[in-house]
Amino acid sequence: MNNRYIALIVGVFLGAIVTYLLVPNAPPPAPVDQAAETAPAETLRDAAGLTLKAVKERGYLQCGVTQGLPGFSNPDDKGNWKGMDVDYCRAVAAAIFGDDTKVKYRPLSAKDRFTALQSGEIDILSRITTWTMSRDTSLGFNFAGIIYYDGQGFMVRKSSGITSAMQLDGATICTQTGTTTELNLADFFRTMGMKYDVLAYEKNDEVSAAYDQGRCDAYTTDASGLYAERLKLKNPADHIILPEIISKEPLGPLVRQGDPQWEDIARWTLNVLINAEELGVTQANVEQMKSSDNPEIKRMLGSEGAYGDGIGLGKEWAAQAIAATGNYGEIFERNIGVNTPLGITRGLNALWKNGGLQYAPPIR
Amino acid sequence: MEWMRKNLFSSWGNSLLTIVALYLVYIIIVPFLDWAVFSAVFTGDSRAACLGPDKGACWPFVYANWDQFVYGRYPEAERWRVNIVFFLGAAGLIPLLMPSVPAKLYNVIFLLVAYPVLAVILLVGGRPGLPMVDTSYWGGLLVTLVVAVTGIVVSLPLGVLLALGRRSEMPVIRMFSVIFIEVWRGVPLITVLFMASVMLPMFLPEGVTLDNLLRCLIGVALFSSAYMAEVVRGGLQSMPKGQEEAARALGLSYPQTMIFIILPQALRHVIPGIVNTFIGLFKDTTLVLIVGIFDLLGQVRTQLSDPNWSAPQTAVTGYVFAAALFWIFCFGMSRYSTFMEHRLNAGHQR
Repeated sequence: MNNRYIALIVGVFLGAIVTYLLVPNAPPPAPVDQAAETAPAETLRDAAGLTLKAVKERGYLQCGVTQGLPGFSNPDDKGNWKGMDVDYCRAVAAAIFGDDTKVKYRPLSAKDRFTALQSGEIDILSRITTWTMSRDTSLGFNFAGIIYYDGQGFMVRKSSGITSAMQLDGATICTQTGTTTELNLADFFRTMGMKYDVLAYEKNDEVSAAYDQGRCDAYTTDASGLYAERLKLKNPADHIILPEIISKEPLGPLVRQGDPQWEDIARWTLNVLINAEELGVTQANVEQMKSSDNPEIKRMLGSEGAYGDGIGLGKEWAAQAIAATGNYGEIFERNIGVNTPLGITRGLNALWKNGGLQYAPPIR
Repeated sequence: MEWMRKNLFSSWGNSLLTIVALYLVYIIIVPFLDWAVFSAVFTGDSRAACLGPDKGACWPFVYANWDQFVYGRYPEAERWRVNIVFFLGAAGLIPLLMPSVPAKLYNVIFLLVAYPVLAVILLVGGRPGLPMVDTSYWGGLLVTLVVAVTGIVVSLPLGVLLALGRRSEMPVIRMFSVIFIEVWRGVPLITVLFMASVMLPMFLPEGVTLDNLLRCLIGVALFSSAYMAEVVRGGLQSMPKGQEEAARALGLSYPQTMIFIILPQALRHVIPGIVNTFIGLFKDTTLVLIVGIFDLLGQVRTQLSDPNWSAPQTAVTGYVFAAALFWIFCFGMSRYSTFMEHRLNAGHQR
């Protein structure tokens, strides 16, 4: 092999690369992106309307989600994000842009989630976050509402014949160490005057395995977590989740304090999804519903009045959100409902008319 | 038969040990094979296929998520770019590793100069015809290889320089090298990564942002250079002083002495140590998960949260798959180092 030919080939190759490097960069969207990212967080935080402006200029919404929780936010085998929390982000993006793909998901750990929101790295945190007073006040966030009423529950084997948490006297209960679940458990049993033994493990997988091997009679954690863990048991159908919920864990999306307009967008997008279910507006019929006679539907879908103007969005905003994700009920059934592997019933998350807690103020 | 009698059953004690060892192998291998092959599920398109009390490994989970494991969330339409980068990397590396292929110099220039530039352009994009792909979309094997290869390529030359610096007679250079090595060796990698992703942005001047992945790459590269420096220094220490004195007596300058006389011999002595550091580095890449970057293992864990694939054996299958992939790479490196040792030691074999 002649070295000169190789040198020639390599030379031509390097020349091509250098020429390519000298070609100027394609202009957008990079500059816009950088401008939004380097803008100091203070300015983003301190004025009304700036978040929406930044999102519109950037061309997409930045949404913080989990690093994977079945049914709430998880990537599927094609790499698309799926879940309740994700659908909410899509609804917000659709309300703003009319296009639910204009979202960039940022998977965050429980530790990093608040820093990411404070620093302006994300616009909205939709990551199974419990609404508590300290988070709402001293951390400087505002919650936009409650997307899922969660709470600590129990899972038992069907064969044990237990149908209520009141029958758990003397039971051995598996749980995870170092979480509030252990404290809630102690409180519950003390209040009910029942005895119990606790078997605590470091990792969720260990708790599941111990329960599956029959080392304890019941497994306790947040109900949504119980449904997800049940999928990993050898025979999921042999286990039931008891109806009693012993703690309050209202999960909802949150935004930075200080931009009331952005907060309103986050809050009313969620309200629209819930109202749409109540009014029977679905992803499929949203177009026909625009000509409905019901004044409430007319106001919501923008055929009467211009309620979107109040939050800086067009009058089609609500219709766009519903067209992208469907109403609250559809989102619930698609991601975690009884026909999905998770099989969660509506329970507390049913509409107020059906005995649940989901209730949204009217659009008027 | 003769061989078995001599080696396995030469005395009562040895026979007993052989039987115990065979029994241990039996109780480990048989259930594993049963899980991985005989009871395993090979076809299916959702968790339903893998459900059931006596099902083994859930392999369809691995095929269905294969693209996620290799590319992460790199946009589907742009994945050809990653493939080209993988292909060029292999095309540059394989001839370099085969001693009989000529033109090593050009090969090295391609791999160390042209290839990194080309890889960055292709992977990051932001040029005509190549849309920008933000590094937050990278994941899986792609990230593992990017982090490991950068660490390996940067750490060897930097490590050699630091090792020479530490043995230098110039006090400033020596002090700098000693402090650098001791500081980086004294801190766990997980801390380095955490500092790189959380603290570094605070020290940077206003308006300067460094990509999260780039910060990790710098952290990993500096960290492994410190380890490499100590390995190389071990080789330098083992050189008899006569070698250096002889070279100086012949009138060679310091750089000439080092490049032509000392380093070639010293590095040959520490090939096992160098490869050990590379393998360690390759496996340490999994730690980038804590700063929110999804390497191969992180991607496997994320995909496990898909309710469509949640089944009793899915998690174990995913972990076994990741372990196997890591093993292939590490074993490959290890075998190649053995081959190199034999080749370079041709004259010294006992």
